[in-house]
Amino acid sequence: MRCCRPALLTPPLLLLTACSGWQSSLDPQGPQADLLAGLFWVFTAVLSAVWLLTMTALVVALLRRHPARTEPLELNTRPERGMARTVGAAAALTLVVVVALTVVSYGAQRALFSGGEAPLTLKVKGHQWWWEVTYEDPGPSRQFTTANEIHVPVGQPVHVKLESADVIHSFWVPNLAGKMDAIPGRENRLVIQASKEGVFRGQCTEFCGWQHAHMAITVVAHSLEDFERWRESQISAAEPPDDPVRKRGMQIFLSRPCVMCHQIRGTPAAGKVAPDLTHIGSRLHIAAGTLPNGRGNLAAWIVDPQGIKPGAHMPLIKLNAEEVEPLARYLEGLK
Amino acid sequence: MSETALRPHENKETLDTDVTDGELPARLAATWGTAGGLIGALSTVDHKLIGRRYIVTGFFFLVLGGLAAVAMRLQLARPENSLIGPDLYNQIFTMHGTTMMFLFGVPIGEAIAVYLVPLMVGTRNIAFPRLNAFSYYVYLFGGLMIWIAFALNVGADNGWFSYVPLAGPEFSPGKRADFWAQMVTFTEVAALAVAVEIVVTVLKLRAPGMTLDRIPLFVWAMFVNAFLIIFAMPAVMLASSLLILDRLLDTHFFNQAEGGDPLLWQHLFWFFGHPEVYIIFLPGTAFVSAIIATFARRPVFGYPAIVLSLIATGFLSFGLWVHHMFTTGLPQLGATFFTASSMMIAIPTGIQIFCWIATLWDGRPVYRTPLLFVLGFFFIFVAGGLSGIMLASVPIDTQVHDTYFVVAHFHYVLIGGAVFPLLGAIYYWFPKFTGRMMSERLGRWHFWLAIIGFNVAFFPMHLAGLRGMPRRVYTYPAEMGWDGLNLVSTLGATLFVASFLLFLFNVAASLRDGEIAGDNPWDASSLEWATASPPPPHNFDRIPFVTSREPLWAERQALPVVSGLAVDKREVVITTATRALPDLKESSPDPTIWPFVSAIAVGAVFIGSIFTPWAVAWGAPLAAFVIIAWFWPKSIEEDK
Amino acid sequence: MDHRVVRDLSDLPNYAFGPRMTMWWGTLAFCVLEGTGFALALGGYLYLAFLNRDWPLGPPPPLFWSGLFTLVSLASLVPNYLVEAAAREENLFKVRILLVIMSGIGVLLAGLRFMEFAVLPVRWDFNAYGSLLWTILGLHAVHLVTDVVDTVVVTVLMFTRHGFGRRFSDVEDNAFYWYFVVISWLPTYVVLYWVSQL
Repeated sequence: MRCCRPALLTPPLLLLTACSGWQSSLDPQGPQADLLAGLFWVFTAVLSAVWLLTMTALVVALLRRHPARTEPLELNTRPERGMARTVGAAAALTLVVVVALTVVSYGAQRALFSGGEAPLTLKVKGHQWWWEVTYEDPGPSRQFTTANEIHVPVGQPVHVKLESADVIHSFWVPNLAGKMDAIPGRENRLVIQASKEGVFRGQCTEFCGWQHAHMAITVVAHSLEDFERWRESQISAAEPPDDPVRKRGMQIFLSRPCVMCHQIRGTPAAGKVAPDLTHIGSRLHIAAGTLPNGRGNLAAWIVDPQGIKPGAHMPLIKLNAEEVEPLARYLEGLK
Repeated sequence: MSETALRPHENKETLDTDVTDGELPARLAATWGTAGGLIGALSTVDHKLIGRRYIVTGFFFLVLGGLAAVAMRLQLARPENSLIGPDLYNQIFTMHGTTMMFLFGVPIGEAIAVYLVPLMVGTRNIAFPRLNAFSYYVYLFGGLMIWIAFALNVGADNGWFSYVPLAGPEFSPGKRADFWAQMVTFTEVAALAVAVEIVVTVLKLRAPGMTLDRIPLFVWAMFVNAFLIIFAMPAVMLASSLLILDRLLDTHFFNQAEGGDPLLWQHLFWFFGHPEVYIIFLPGTAFVSAIIATFARRPVFGYPAIVLSLIATGFLSFGLWVHHMFTTGLPQLGATFFTASSMMIAIPTGIQIFCWIATLWDGRPVYRTPLLFVLGFFFIFVAGGLSGIMLASVPIDTQVHDTYFVVAHFHYVLIGGAVFPLLGAIYYWFPKFTGRMMSERLGRWHFWLAIIGFNVAFFPMHLAGLRGMPRRVYTYPAEMGWDGLNLVSTLGATLFVASFLLFLFNVAASLRDGEIAGDNPWDASSLEWATASPPPPHNFDRIPFVTSREPLWAERQALPVVSGLAVDKREVVITTATRALPDLKESSPDPTIWPFVSAIAVGAVFIGSIFTPWAVAWGAPLAAFVIIAWFWPKSIEEDK
Repeated sequence: MDHRVVRDLSDLPNYAFGPRMTMWWGTLAFCVLEGTGFALALGGYLYLAFLNRDWPLGPPPPLFWSGLFTLVSLASLVPNYLVEAAAREENLFKVRILLVIMSGIGVLLAGLRFMEFAVLPVRWDFNAYGSLLWTILGLHAVHLVTDVVDTVVVTVLMFTRHGFGRRFSDVEDNAFYWYFVVISWLPTYVVLYWVSQL
């Protein structure tokens, strides 16, 4: 297995993840995923045994000393009866296995979908090809929207309400829970919970068009204090830039069509059809998990979105060569 | 000539009792033969010629679908590969699935049934032979239409399942999804028509004496399969018609903003889509039952159990469709019902497997290539069936649904359950189709290459899926750790493709210089082996009279037959549905060009409708005219 | 393989009626598959009616033309039964007269269906309710028109020199399919016209 790209552009959190396992149902990191992995291994054990038994029966059937028979229709009743009993027993055994597995599965299903209270509720809305994430809160001023990245406190169940803005998507973070579809006109619910700190990757699993392959979501699990700190910073509006280069970047941003689609709270940019960029600098990835975040990749993405993610709804905005750098620096600084 | 002179009662016809045994085959062949030339070839209603074309066309589409798979494997061999972009990749995986399901999987089973069922039940042609010719042309035109559209960059790109709203008017502008929808409606017309022919052939054209409990298991499987088609295909035709209406006439069936529902599509599609899996698998069981009896050198054990299992599978297959929708947020209690029913179908399938193993246990196995492929079927299909039990569990499904685990699962089921038996079937019946044996040496190489290549290609996909790789992605980042597994899959796929090349070479070489087969090279027991290889146009010089479930093993000396059929006109024996008592001698239609013309007319309406709804208004009367011309009696002889 | 003749079928007839003929079974099979289509379409209607709390999404369809259509199609069962019986008797004279009557009834019903479309309260492109009304009525209209055309063709056929022998069996099959057209209408009528009135 190859390991992650150098993590120099990302916060140390990323180093916590076991790279090849950060989107794996076999490496459960929460109670739901634990339950599912356990169920999976029970099924695998039982069904592997069934397969081995069947293959053994087949091999024995082929290798045994076969009855001497010159004409195919010279059958004796005694072995025929024995065979009927054996086949009947095997069928009965199949029934037992199937009923047992159904019961086990049903038990897990009840545990999984039992609901219960959760202190935190998120609304995740699938778009072609990114995720809009809204942290709900009784106080409207404490509600905020971000994109493609979810932060959760360790040890707490989090309710995820799933919606879609266009076509059907499916939300899946295998280390934490099974998947659930986001369907236009409906609201589905899912509970995720992380049992330890780490970064987990999720991905859209319902084919949704050109860039279905590049529609990832990152889940960062922190301690409760770190989570609260993160939440406070996300609720706040973007801080105005202080150095001249970034100021120029902001001007470029605000004077270009960027504002038609993107929002940066605290500035006049209030577009709603594309990811909220208020704190883009704080995220691990850009373009829904397509590239690691960083000034260089931000610049690359702005210059050539259709080369990096063909078909994405981010258009190519003509910029002068010297405009790219300030713009990327401005965005990078939106922590 | 006065009308009365033509009345049948006064018109003495020549019966086979009026001619000598030596003269009979040539006279019958002249009556039932196909005229030469292009018009003759397009006018034929001989089920063997149509069946042969159907089979060759099915394999042609298998090759196209296989090439699409090769393209995908090359693209996925490396992470972030830029060989194929998302637009083309989405078309390719859609064409792969659509071709394999609609243009290969279903038609190939029906194609072999079209060829073999009339021979196995001991009659001279399939029921409604002109409809049969029509179906073939409709299928051919439908398949060509969608591939030509693909070549013109109007290839369908929403997956073989075409979920709305992605495939709807808002998110798929252009004509791509229209071609898909019309191709589906169009080719399912063919599938349904063939199903009706098979049902009626089995019910009414069985040789005298072939009571229900003497019907070969092959024929039982094809019979049940035809019923599955009759009940399942209308769902997908309805769905694709509603889709095309939404797209072209602005209806709102799937538009949630105007009272429609995207999940209505999924219910209709999977109400067809799950039985579809069994529609592909049941012909596989037909081949397995036939091959096992012959090469285990005894009748298949547990005939009644297998017949009942087939029927039970048919019924249960309609109670499973929701297991494709476990992650759509349906009510949990309903989902549990579908878990139970999905697991229950393991029981009839298991019973069939146990009966076949018992047959081998008590038999004297002869390890020829057809049997090797059946053994490969056990190895692969049982594994695929068992991973299916995992998918039936709602909780497990929420993890593996729409990942490569599912891709691995259904390739184990479909290639293991349908393609391996099919390859065995080709080795087995090739002598009957062509009069020549296939090379046994190449057959063994083919088998080992196929089974190794298949497992190397598809087993790693289980792991890729469990490690988080979703389906239908055109690429994946290097840091996901899926690259090793994908590279292995691609290498396995290369071996698997090589095995098919070897197979095609074997077919071509054996056609030219294979050993001459004779009537019954395997000493098999069913009626198709009672006639020449390849069979004459009239199938049997005299219609067999069936006295046993294994007629050729029971009647070693001379086959009991009936006499008294017309020699100079096409006549088939109609028997009663259950006891197969001879009842009528119905005339069987002569060759005609009209089914071909009708298929062109109907095809033109379908293609035209993609571009303007008026095509239906103008085309329907035209199609009606052509079809009336087809049914209008051409001679007084036909009225009798 | 050698043969031994065990039965002689020289005296078997060339045609019969009802389930003794292949065409009867073929027609039955097509009725079954088309009936499945109707059942699924009506299932789709009820599914969307269940999902939308305020069904129907528009005024319910008026009852006059559809009621008349239903009455006429029920009444047509009588001459249809008679033509079937006459075909079995191979009574060419009765068959011809009754076929002309059935053709007339068929054309009348097609006209009534046309009037029905003209008074539907919503267009097909207005909402899913309109789409369902138009499509399901259209689906039935296709079956209706198909059988009317078939009836007319068979009527003409029976007035030509072909009007004997197994053509009587064709007449019977045509009557059989007419039963399907009428019977498939009844649940359709109940669902489209009465479920929305509830």
